[in-house]
Amino acid sequence: MTVTINHYLIVSLLLFAIGFLGVLVRRNFLTILMSIELMLNAVNLNLIAFSRRLSNLTGQVFSVFVITIAAGEAAIGLALTISYFRQRKTLDVEQAHTMQG
Amino acid sequence: MASGALLTGTAGWLFVIFSVLALAAAVAVIVARHPVHSALYLLLSFLLVACIFILQQAEFVGAVQILVYAGGIMVLFLFVVMLVNPGTVQTVKSFQNQWDVALLLTPVFLLPFLYILGTEKLPEVPFQPDAFRMVRGHVAGNTEAVSWVLFRDYLLPFEVASVFLLVAMVGAVVLGKRSVEKMD
Repeated sequence: MTVTINHYLIVSLLLFAIGFLGVLVRRNFLTILMSIELMLNAVNLNLIAFSRRLSNLTGQVFSVFVITIAAGEAAIGLALTISYFRQRKTLDVEQAHTMQG
Repeated sequence: MASGALLTGTAGWLFVIFSVLALAAAVAVIVARHPVHSALYLLLSFLLVACIFILQQAEFVGAVQILVYAGGIMVLFLFVVMLVNPGTVQTVKSFQNQWDVALLLTPVFLLPFLYILGTEKLPEVPFQPDAFRMVRGHVAGNTEAVSWVLFRDYLLPFEVASVFLLVAMVGAVVLGKRSVEKMD
C-alpha cells in the first residue's frame, strides 16, 4: 500500500469534519470541548504530513506549538465548565440563554 | 521510494489500520452519551494519531502527543467529569435539535477542501530519508533535530508560548475558584 500526502489530507479532513460535527451537534459542554481537541489533532496530522512531504522540520515544531495551545485551551475550557456548572447545575449548553433576544 | 510516496508496503497498511481506527474512535467520541465514555474514546483516538506520527518519523511529536494529551489533558477531563458528578449531567437529549441539518451541511462545507485536494499540485521536493535526523551535517536523533530548529529559528514563539501557558494557568485558577464571599 503506497500512501501519498492525499491520504493524509483525507484522514485529516475526516477527523476535522467529525470534530466540527461534534461541536455543532452535541449539547454537553464537555463533549464540545473534546470535539475541539479532535479538530486541533486533525490540524497536527496535516502539519506532520506536509513536514514529511517537504522534508522540512518546521511542521513538526509547529505541531508542538499547537499541542501547547491545546493544553492551554483545555485548561481554560474546563475552568469555564466548572464555573458554568456552578451557576446552572447542568452542562447543557441549551440552558445558556440569558442573552437570548 | 517513488517521489510523492510517504509510506510504502507494511507501513502503508499500518497507516490505513491506524487511521481507520482513529476515525472510528473519533465518531464514538461524538456519539457516546456519557462524557466518561467520550473521554476514553478520545484517549484512544489520540494514541492512534500518535502512532501515525511515529510512522511518519515524527517520534518527538508522537511522544509529546502521548505525554500531553494522554497524560495531561485526559486527566484534566476526567477530573472535571468527577467534579461535576455525572449523575446530574445526564440530560434528556444529548444532541441538538438541528443535528440532521448539521449532518447534511458539514459535507457541503467540506466540498471546497476536496476540490483543492483534487486540483492542487505540490512542488517536487527531492526526498531526503534522513531529513528529520540530521543535525549540522551528521545523523542524530529526531528530538535533537527538532530542538535545533525550535531553539534556533523559533525561540521567540517558544518564549511567547511560555507566557501563554502562564496566562492560561492564572486564568484557569481565577475562573475555577469560588467567589470570595462564599468561601467563608
